[in-house]
Amino acid sequence: MEEITLNRDKKGEILPTIQNFYRFCGHGRLMALKCIECEKLIIPPRIICPKCSSSRFKWIQLSGKAKLRTFSFIHIAPKQFSSQAPYIIGIVKLEEGLSLSGRIIVDKDVKLEIGMDLIVEFEDTVSVGWPQWPRYYFRLAKVIEQ
Amino acid sequence: MIEKPLAAIVSAGLSKFGKLDGLSAREIFTYAAKEAFDKCPNLDPRKDVKGLYLGHMTESAEHQGHTGPLVADWIGLNPMPAVRFENACASSGVALRCGIQAIKSGFVDVIMVGGVEKLTHLATSDATEYLALSADNFFEQWHGFTFPGLFALIARAHMHEYDTTGEQLATIAVKNHHNGSLNPKAQMQKEITIEQAMTSRVVASPLKLFDCSLISDGASCVILTKPELAKRFSDTPIYIQGSGQASDTIGLYERDDLTSLNAVTLAARDAYEMSGMKPKDIDVAEVHDCFTIAELIICEDVGFCKKGDGGKLVQSGDTAIDGNIPINTSGGLKSKGHPVGATGVAQAYEIFLQLTGQAGARQVNDAEIGLTLNLGGHGSTAVAHVYSNTI
Repeated sequence: MEEITLNRDKKGEILPTIQNFYRFCGHGRLMALKCIECEKLIIPPRIICPKCSSSRFKWIQLSGKAKLRTFSFIHIAPKQFSSQAPYIIGIVKLEEGLSLSGRIIVDKDVKLEIGMDLIVEFEDTVSVGWPQWPRYYFRLAKVIEQ
Repeated sequence: MIEKPLAAIVSAGLSKFGKLDGLSAREIFTYAAKEAFDKCPNLDPRKDVKGLYLGHMTESAEHQGHTGPLVADWIGLNPMPAVRFENACASSGVALRCGIQAIKSGFVDVIMVGGVEKLTHLATSDATEYLALSADNFFEQWHGFTFPGLFALIARAHMHEYDTTGEQLATIAVKNHHNGSLNPKAQMQKEITIEQAMTSRVVASPLKLFDCSLISDGASCVILTKPELAKRFSDTPIYIQGSGQASDTIGLYERDDLTSLNAVTLAARDAYEMSGMKPKDIDVAEVHDCFTIAELIICEDVGFCKKGDGGKLVQSGDTAIDGNIPINTSGGLKSKGHPVGATGVAQAYEIFLQLTGQAGARQVNDAEIGLTLNLGGHGSTAVAHVYSNTI
């Protein structure tokens, strides 16, 4: 973790901020907060625990395994994504029970279905400043050819 | 216990909705205000109206902020206090609720509440990008999520859970286009067929073009006063009997249930409780059909049918103008148009027409109790109001 530039408080604790979440992503880590008081897992990070209002957290690395909760093929895309359309967006349930939104990547022509297994991957591009952060996305874990 | 009614609406105005070339937001609002003033000869705007609460979402569209005092001046209310409200597509629904609170608190006797939006001069991609600002930019838009895409995620989940079909969604579009064809102020006064809706191009699967509301210019307003002063201004006021508002997460992904909009459930519950009304008491409702799936889910969440039965409800014909619970007689956002800042109060305008027997070809027989449900974003805000035409 030493090589990652992270925002820290005076005591050296990693601040529970969105920028730090994405800086971890830039180094291939999908990270969540764990509340030290009530043990709730939190993603994206926030400074007050939504369950017990504590502000004492530790960062934990997630497995990156997920299941697809819902998805859509975007045919009409915003300008900056129009060259990629159609592309897939989705909401996934992470193995640890948390939900997250993100792009869904499939390599082959497969019929995408709710409940399919996914694995997190990360964009190679380097962050170019607030809030142009490196993206995570989810790839179909295993394509079974039929 | 809050004493009822909360407030009275003594007049209302609505600009034409649509592509209003050559008119800016301030000018469009003037048409709505003029209708409200003209219909209320006993009201002296400069003397009686003690402020303006204005819903307005996208200041980027005209590079014009501070639209509260701007619009107030343009309609002759300067130097009365004026405030702009921004809660995405629920901006004027929230302004209405705050207007009621201003009346109820005794701070003012009469206030104008309204909303305005000017969008059609923009490239569609710019307009949709501005509208998408109401979702979670860091975790949704940044990953290529669009607004139709977010409602598509909701639609897919609802279809998966309850076997809701694309045809049921298309039926909502057909109904609302029929209603809009009877509304001279609607943006699209044109009937469509199920086949047209079903074969329109995919925007964000499973949603197609005809599942989406329109990009519109338009403005709406109502004149609010204390119930005891209502008859001074109008022989046929309507009364606001209940008001509810609730919030939800800014990111859709954080919600455990993607098939329901919790803020809608809570806002409606509070508005029903305050008014003493139940879903079965409602004679006519305007609900936020930014996408067909939104109307379907709102019908479930405000209690017009059982959870999961929204598709069957629309197919039964019960939500048509001559049905048991007519929904979106104005044509809704789908056909009347969706100038986002104006939408919440435009719903109140339609209920005002219905409860005072002025809805013309789309009049619901014996409409006495109405409901509006205005949504912000993908349900991060919901505002509900219950109205009656007797005190």
